[in-house]
Amino acid sequence: MSVIGARLPRKEDPRLLRGRGRFGDDISAPGQLWARIVRSPSAHGQVRGLDVTEAAKAPGITNVITAKDLPPGLVIPVRLAVGSADLSPYLQPVLAADTVRYVGEPLAVVLGDDPYRCEDAAELVDIDIADLPPVIDAVSARDNENTAAELTLGYGDTGAAFASARHVVSIELAIGRHTGVPLEPRCLLAVPGPGNTDRGELDIFGMTKVPVFNRDLLAGMLGLDETLIHVHAIDAGGGFGIRGEFYPEDFLIPWLALRLGRPVKWAEDRAEHLMAANHSRQQHHRIAAAFDDDGRITGLRDDIVHDNGAYCRTHGVAVPELTVAMLPGPYRIPAYRGRVRVVLTNKTPCGTYRAPGRFEGTSAREHLLDVAATQLGIDPIQLRERNLLTKDDMPHHRHITTLGTDLVLDTGDYPALLAAAVKEAKRLGYRDLAPDRPRPQPRGFGLAMFVEKSGLGPQETADVTVSKSGTVHVFSGGTSVGQGIETVLTQIAADALGVDPHVVRVVAGDTAAQPFGAGSWASRSTVVGGTAVHQAATAVRERAVQLAARMLETAEADLEVRDGSIGVRGDPNARVTLAAVARAAEPAGGYLAAGEPAGLSARRRFEVARMTYPYGVHAAVVEVDAGTGRVRVLRYLVAYEVGRAINPMLVEGQLIGGVAQGIGGALFEEFSYDDAGQPQAITFIEYRMPTAAEIPPVDVLLAQDAPSPGNPLGVMGAGEGGVNAVGAAVANAVRDALGLAGGIGQLPLTPARVRTLAGAAEGAA
Amino acid sequence: MKDMHAITLGVNGRYHDLVVEARRTLADMLRHDLGYTGTHLGCEHGICGACTVILNDVPVRACLVFGVQADGAEVRTVEGLAHGEQLSDLQQSFSDHHALQCGFCTPGFLMLIEAYFAESQPTALTEEKARELVAANLCRCTGYQGIVEAVLATARARQDAKDNRS
Repeated sequence: MSVIGARLPRKEDPRLLRGRGRFGDDISAPGQLWARIVRSPSAHGQVRGLDVTEAAKAPGITNVITAKDLPPGLVIPVRLAVGSADLSPYLQPVLAADTVRYVGEPLAVVLGDDPYRCEDAAELVDIDIADLPPVIDAVSARDNENTAAELTLGYGDTGAAFASARHVVSIELAIGRHTGVPLEPRCLLAVPGPGNTDRGELDIFGMTKVPVFNRDLLAGMLGLDETLIHVHAIDAGGGFGIRGEFYPEDFLIPWLALRLGRPVKWAEDRAEHLMAANHSRQQHHRIAAAFDDDGRITGLRDDIVHDNGAYCRTHGVAVPELTVAMLPGPYRIPAYRGRVRVVLTNKTPCGTYRAPGRFEGTSAREHLLDVAATQLGIDPIQLRERNLLTKDDMPHHRHITTLGTDLVLDTGDYPALLAAAVKEAKRLGYRDLAPDRPRPQPRGFGLAMFVEKSGLGPQETADVTVSKSGTVHVFSGGTSVGQGIETVLTQIAADALGVDPHVVRVVAGDTAAQPFGAGSWASRSTVVGGTAVHQAATAVRERAVQLAARMLETAEADLEVRDGSIGVRGDPNARVTLAAVARAAEPAGGYLAAGEPAGLSARRRFEVARMTYPYGVHAAVVEVDAGTGRVRVLRYLVAYEVGRAINPMLVEGQLIGGVAQGIGGALFEEFSYDDAGQPQAITFIEYRMPTAAEIPPVDVLLAQDAPSPGNPLGVMGAGEGGVNAVGAAVANAVRDALGLAGGIGQLPLTPARVRTLAGAAEGAA
Repeated sequence: MKDMHAITLGVNGRYHDLVVEARRTLADMLRHDLGYTGTHLGCEHGICGACTVILNDVPVRACLVFGVQADGAEVRTVEGLAHGEQLSDLQQSFSDHHALQCGFCTPGFLMLIEAYFAESQPTALTEEKARELVAANLCRCTGYQGIVEAVLATARARQDAKDNRS
């Protein structure tokens, strides 16, 4: 049996379970200084003075730096540029000089030998800011000065579709501001090399997501050769989009280490994380669909206001673009127009959070469909069935491009997965949990369907090397953020090479070991990174067979690869181990032909022009306490087509974990602000991530019926299918429970909002 | 001048003498002064529980305890759970049930659950009770399902072992 598809225990587990993981703050360097960032206490204002005299004199403090000490003009550039909008006026400076635009914006850095003393001294920096009026609400911010960009995507004649429609249904839906909030705060350690600091050698720990990109960007900003910077692979306590983007601190800490000729370490605290690392999700949708007599969609349009916070960071306008690009979902939609206005506000800047743009768009579209089903008098599942693209429509060209790629739905049977999900929900008794008869605490059933995207290119590179012990080393450009990349790549390499997974060792995200990596994000690591490993391991296998043929003095065609060795078919005595082949490939191994490079290794690059599009169905049963406004999710089902699961246990883990995050965004988590722009959620008291008490048992129906035609393994990504439709399914279930005629209006469904909705429903009845 | 105190404490059965500042947390002392970096800090205000250690048989948030308060105490951390290279039954159960992803919260959950087992009969552990126990800490990756399953499986196995002995 192939090791692909096996529920292999994770390679990562033993070290993590024993407390031997190596996370950012676990690593220190002799003589290191600690850094503490001084942040703006004001949401918007002119910096009149920044007096660091007292702070610099405080005990244990070696340096305090402000924007005046930095090279001039430094800003954080866009990593993921889409469209043609010029975002240069909206980029964030490394340290604010004259104007602050959100609470938490970096103003100064205090350095010293003890983090406690650094924190004390940071309090002594005298900040004089003349407050300006803040912009808090993007929807009411009509001023064009606040609009950073406007994007419209679509096709067909929506005007005609709506003019001639039999029914038009529209809703408004606001998505709350929330984000990934990994449990490990950000941390960076920069260690200058032993030589002169002007040589610029730097070891960096803590850039986990896109290490090669960050290395190159940093090298450019520092004016260094990029190969002098070594970003090490370490464990990361969760990614979810937020971790590992290039933040102001990612320049400051390495720059300070080089400038001072000493290691510098920065470990943020939770309050900093919640006000300084990327927020996400906040959008307001005005979405409408046109239907014909039979309930078939003839047109779809959405006008979106995207609240991007104070600056455009590394994602530029990628999230709003993805929102409108992916909005049509799995449906046949003859005419579509999605317009999004990207508005800047005096709040923490935004980036991606797991399923960026899709959580938002799926919520709007799928909630609209449920409202439409009521208004058209059709069952919500039937309404979806009637409008889904079918197997015969594949491949379906959306005539939309996103992230620079053509959106082509290239595989799948959407109606079959919907039918399977409905059947599974029935089998599990979901409908019985949410009966039609009224209860004091009404229950509701909600379903939502979606198309995900995964496997973004343009490339990933992998190196596979067999060392003399027979160990197979995989050097991947992906990074380990908890998703189990070491296990998945081990399975792929073991399968291609015919070796036991125990002999495979994966290094993920070390820039010296893999200088051409593109990183782990966008559910790309298994699809693009995994395929690169598959190709490199296959090339090593071919090379091993070639060398074994020389060693065994036989033809390659007579050889078979099995259990870590290569032998003559039918002759159990004529075998060589992979370790022996690796030794034979040494410079003095005796089997290399003239001019052949030494070593048993290969580097392969997998290029993809288009993404893969996995898809799924979510279903939720909720109970609503109309008195307190509390919503309890009783059961949750995810049906998901992944093409081929390398390790089903890990795919299920991704989906279940995603559901929990989705429930957080649907019911609990929200970064709210007061009128002065002061953040109201800067601890885990106010920012309410779900505990085990709020998360129900999650049922998973993992489908492997539509292998991706875009890669030799047939795989699609699994990182974001768990979170994508939770907002939609929960909104639909709550609406069902309360018997609302219209939509729920706003996520998250906090107790106060649910009470208001319940009161309105009562009044209407 | 820092307000320094000389203290002695045991960590996983090994004894340490050290001098710490009065305001230094037990978590920072364990991690940065003694090198027990398996105890993690996720919030530093007592909510997430990633820093949970067992202090004289009681689970505590090491971010809310000062190092000096551990003077003369016995502390158990995640590093003390395995028997040599052999994972403990609870650790193994976490791996078997995919109860961890990034692994950052894992040490806190392990210590929380071990402390519970130390004072409670495993038979008393229903799924509801397991969820209530696990709800003391935050995990952002797993959705808790694997953690709940791992706790229940360990409780069953320990009860079976006990029944076989008696």
